[in-house]
Amino acid sequence: MEFTISSKAKTLTLVLMILGIVGIALGAWLEFSYHDNGARFTQRFLGNLLIDSFFFFAIGLGALYFLALQYATETGWYASVKRVIEGVAGYLPYGVGFMLITLLTISLLKGADIYVWMDPEHVKHDEILTAKSVYLNQIFFWVRTLAYMAVYMIFWMGFKKRSLLEDKVGGTDIHFKNYRKAAVFLVFFAVFSSTSAWDWIMSVDAHWYSTLFGWYVFAGMWCSTMIVLVTLTLYLKKQGYLSKVNENHIHDLGKWTFATSFLWSYMWFSQYMLIWYANIPEEVTYHLTRIEHFKGLYFGMFFINFAFPMLLLMSRDAKRHAGVLTAVGLIIFAGHWVDVYLMIMGGSMGHHAYIGALEIGMAIFFLGFFIRVILTNLTKAPLTPVNHPFLDESIHHEI
Amino acid sequence: MAEKVIYAMYDDDDVLKDGAKKLVAKGVKVADVFSPFPIHGIDPIIGVRHTRLGIMAFLYGLTGLTLATVGMRYFMIEDWPMNVGGKPNETYLDNVLAFIPITFEFTVLCAAHGMAITYLLLNKTLPGMPASNPDPRTTDDKFVMELRLSDNSKFSESELMSMLNETGVIEVDQKEIH
Repeated sequence: MEFTISSKAKTLTLVLMILGIVGIALGAWLEFSYHDNGARFTQRFLGNLLIDSFFFFAIGLGALYFLALQYATETGWYASVKRVIEGVAGYLPYGVGFMLITLLTISLLKGADIYVWMDPEHVKHDEILTAKSVYLNQIFFWVRTLAYMAVYMIFWMGFKKRSLLEDKVGGTDIHFKNYRKAAVFLVFFAVFSSTSAWDWIMSVDAHWYSTLFGWYVFAGMWCSTMIVLVTLTLYLKKQGYLSKVNENHIHDLGKWTFATSFLWSYMWFSQYMLIWYANIPEEVTYHLTRIEHFKGLYFGMFFINFAFPMLLLMSRDAKRHAGVLTAVGLIIFAGHWVDVYLMIMGGSMGHHAYIGALEIGMAIFFLGFFIRVILTNLTKAPLTPVNHPFLDESIHHEI
Repeated sequence: MAEKVIYAMYDDDDVLKDGAKKLVAKGVKVADVFSPFPIHGIDPIIGVRHTRLGIMAFLYGLTGLTLATVGMRYFMIEDWPMNVGGKPNETYLDNVLAFIPITFEFTVLCAAHGMAITYLLLNKTLPGMPASNPDPRTTDDKFVMELRLSDNSKFSESELMSMLNETGVIEVDQKEIH
């Protein structure tokens, strides 16, 4: 209510979306004119749609998870940035919509060469996929997908409703209700963030599996979420909002960015090293295809996502410095996008994939839409919660 | 040279903090505060400089990283090339993944031990060192503020005492330290 989107931000997000559409159109034209008359256009287009739908959906979901984490642990410091987290989590309905549209289209096209296990003709001649079809079949896939989405949406709508209600009525009843609901959500999320990553992403490499994969995807999405939260908070501070947020809150968000970067690097390395050490043919395929076709991108992405936050965000002063946080944040945000790009394109298009106008256009379109949705969400509630029980603690937060 | 020191004792950390704030506002220099636990926010009030232990931790970690890398390169590649699971072992880089966990652990080991020892040395609290706190009760439930007369030459002793008495002090002690 107190926050209004500046005309500059409105123009910028609109320009991003238009540029994105131009990029997609240019990419499509190039694909049809120069690459076998668009033989791989459907695969490339839907693959990109999946990358960006998932990447931004995961950030919304990550914000919901982060909010639930604060409720369940009864944290105090976050109260003054709570509406920022809710603003990002408010992208969830749109993210779910994009995910469902993308998955439905791929599903109707029998996998569109992205999920090969969706094509009965292919599975018939593939022993491994025939054995896996108990789990990887369209019906069970949709049961799971709809169940995940429904549960995420129900929890999000509940949290949102109670958060706005708390502003009006106050007291601690809502707080304790959030506490219990968040604990249930975390249990659900702990199991199903992993299985949903297998369903939506790991099944692109249909033969390959890794038990660690779900946590790897989860760590990446958590890190991207923290980057969005810290840059958004810095943006709002710079616009003169969030007067209750001081550099200690920024420091805490910076620490989360730093820590989740390490979590992600640790997961990436654990998965990579174990597979490298054991050197079993069916396991190494995942990394081999990515090293063969995307060597620079694959290792470069790991180096950037690991070394940049480690070296630049290690000191206390850096985590309190808006410029450093934003610069590192934007770089590793792109790095984590490339991570998702390699997860999906490495397994589907392989050596035909490259980052061109279509990829960049789609990413920019989604980015513009994502920012616009978040800023619109922020206008709908007071930027500082009115009656949060830990608000006073948060205002006096000092580390 | 002997120096006169005033020890003001409090039984509440918040009272001490408020007292310190008032004294510093009047221009008094507080030399140190002794407390059974860290008092949140006292550092900027009495003007303790920010610790540089973090920088030392980074340097110790760097030392560990270097030692581990140089050591393992010599043990496993140069002196007695080890063939584990048929992995290429011509250069360190071929096998670097296998060495990373150990390098990581050794970095942490060096950083943690270096930091702990530095901390104990700086505080003069290595095992067996004589205690330097003015009153054993500061390890239990009392808080002591230390004022040095040489730091506060613009105030007389009685002026300092009267200012202290306004801050809710429960006991004031004077000592000559050498």
